[in-house]
Amino acid sequence: MSPFATLLLRDVKLAARSGGSAALALSFFALVATLMPLGIGADLRLLARVAAGVLWVGAVLAALLSLDRLFQGDYEDGSLDLIALSPLALELTALAKIAAHWFSTGLPLTLLSPLLALMFNLPPTPTLVLFFSLLIGTPAVSAIGAIGASLTLSLKRGGLILPLLILPLLAPAVIFGAGAVSATMDGLGGQGALELLAAFSAAAVLLSPFAAAASVRLNLGG
Amino acid sequence: MNWLFRYANPHEFMRLSGAILPFMVIATALAFAVGLYLGFSVPPDYQQGTTVTLMFIHVPADVVAEMAYGVMAVCSLFSLVWRHPLSDTAARAAAPLGAIFTALGIVTGALWGKPMWGTYWAWDPRLTSFLLLLFLYFGYMALWNAIEDETRAARAAAILALVGVVNIPIIKFSVDWWNTLHQGESIVSGKIAPVYLAPLLIMMLAYVLLFFTLWMVRIRTAILERRATALMQRGAP
Amino acid sequence: MNFDMSPYGAYIWPAYGISALLLGGFTLWSWIRWRQAKAKLARLETKK
Repeated sequence: MSPFATLLLRDVKLAARSGGSAALALSFFALVATLMPLGIGADLRLLARVAAGVLWVGAVLAALLSLDRLFQGDYEDGSLDLIALSPLALELTALAKIAAHWFSTGLPLTLLSPLLALMFNLPPTPTLVLFFSLLIGTPAVSAIGAIGASLTLSLKRGGLILPLLILPLLAPAVIFGAGAVSATMDGLGGQGALELLAAFSAAAVLLSPFAAAASVRLNLGG
Repeated sequence: MNWLFRYANPHEFMRLSGAILPFMVIATALAFAVGLYLGFSVPPDYQQGTTVTLMFIHVPADVVAEMAYGVMAVCSLFSLVWRHPLSDTAARAAAPLGAIFTALGIVTGALWGKPMWGTYWAWDPRLTSFLLLLFLYFGYMALWNAIEDETRAARAAAILALVGVVNIPIIKFSVDWWNTLHQGESIVSGKIAPVYLAPLLIMMLAYVLLFFTLWMVRIRTAILERRATALMQRGAP
Repeated sequence: MNFDMSPYGAYIWPAYGISALLLGGFTLWSWIRWRQAKAKLARLETKK
């Protein structure tokens, strides 16, 4: 099996075990979706209107939770040095970690979203659009998140400033993702927004590994 | 490129900047004096009334806020690619300045919004983009402060600045798109009557000059502080 | 010059005021830090 696939599978397995980041992200997402209506009120029409935004922000925050550990575990026990020395280019390593993060957080969050959308009284068609928007958009969250994770990997409490670093950069994803659903609900069709989101995600996934690899190198003292 | 590296030497930079600084201070003061005089001598706008005077301090703040980030990004590029020694200091010095101009842009924009839309914050796309820009500045400054090793901090911050500069057009585009979707408000529309152009341009010049003057002072201060630190470390037993 | 900004005075003057305060304050602060750095360096250099 290629080094890329090995790394990817190993990270996904680590995250998928009980108490790992996958379970944490899903629980957090569900909790946010539960708390929000408690704060907003049970007006079903209002909840349907805010569902897209609430769930999108909830998903982004849930994915954020495990980001500070993206490189840190390997950094602390020295395996990151070994990985950096391996024949696999550091950019591909970063891509593998991004993919692993998405498989273990972004994808499960996306799969859970229709259930949570039900709690918000979101009609079927917007729910479908929400599902696809999360499917297309969460890779960007993992990708841009990886940049933040690699920049802060040497910090003991790096997790604190990581959201500050990457949340502004993720604004377009939230805007296009939730906007697709709003547009659908207004009868305008969410296709344009989804296309913009896809472009954003594609660019993020393609370019982030370079920034992340550069950051890992500088933190390893390279 | 070589001429730029000649002034990479801190001594050369101190010499050159020390010579230029008095002129910059005078030019800044003059620009403000003329700009403010003209700004308060214009007739009220037929649509916006006297609130048009807010344009003379809002638009320049916005312009410098974005320019400052551009300056930070260019310095970051020099730092990463050409390892220009003063670039790190220069980039770091620009950040708090950029943040202040951004904050001013937001505050003056909100104060302009109240008489125009009836509310301080109506999610005008420009104000929203600038709010995100403010967070980008905060993140940059936080990263510098969080990493202890100065060389590492400099390079990490440089990467962050470059990632940010690529994102800023995307953020602005997405916020604009969001605004058209939700049919929000917008402060400044295209055309400016010629009578307002002169004060606006002079105030913009004043703000730009103020930025560069303060930036230069901050870089000079940082150079002296580093020399002091070096002396203290050498003197330690 | 015309200083009668009615009826918007309550917005215009605070805006100019905050601008002056922040910009002026930061200018002053930058200058103070410069003077402090210069003084400290001078002290250290005479000690040598």
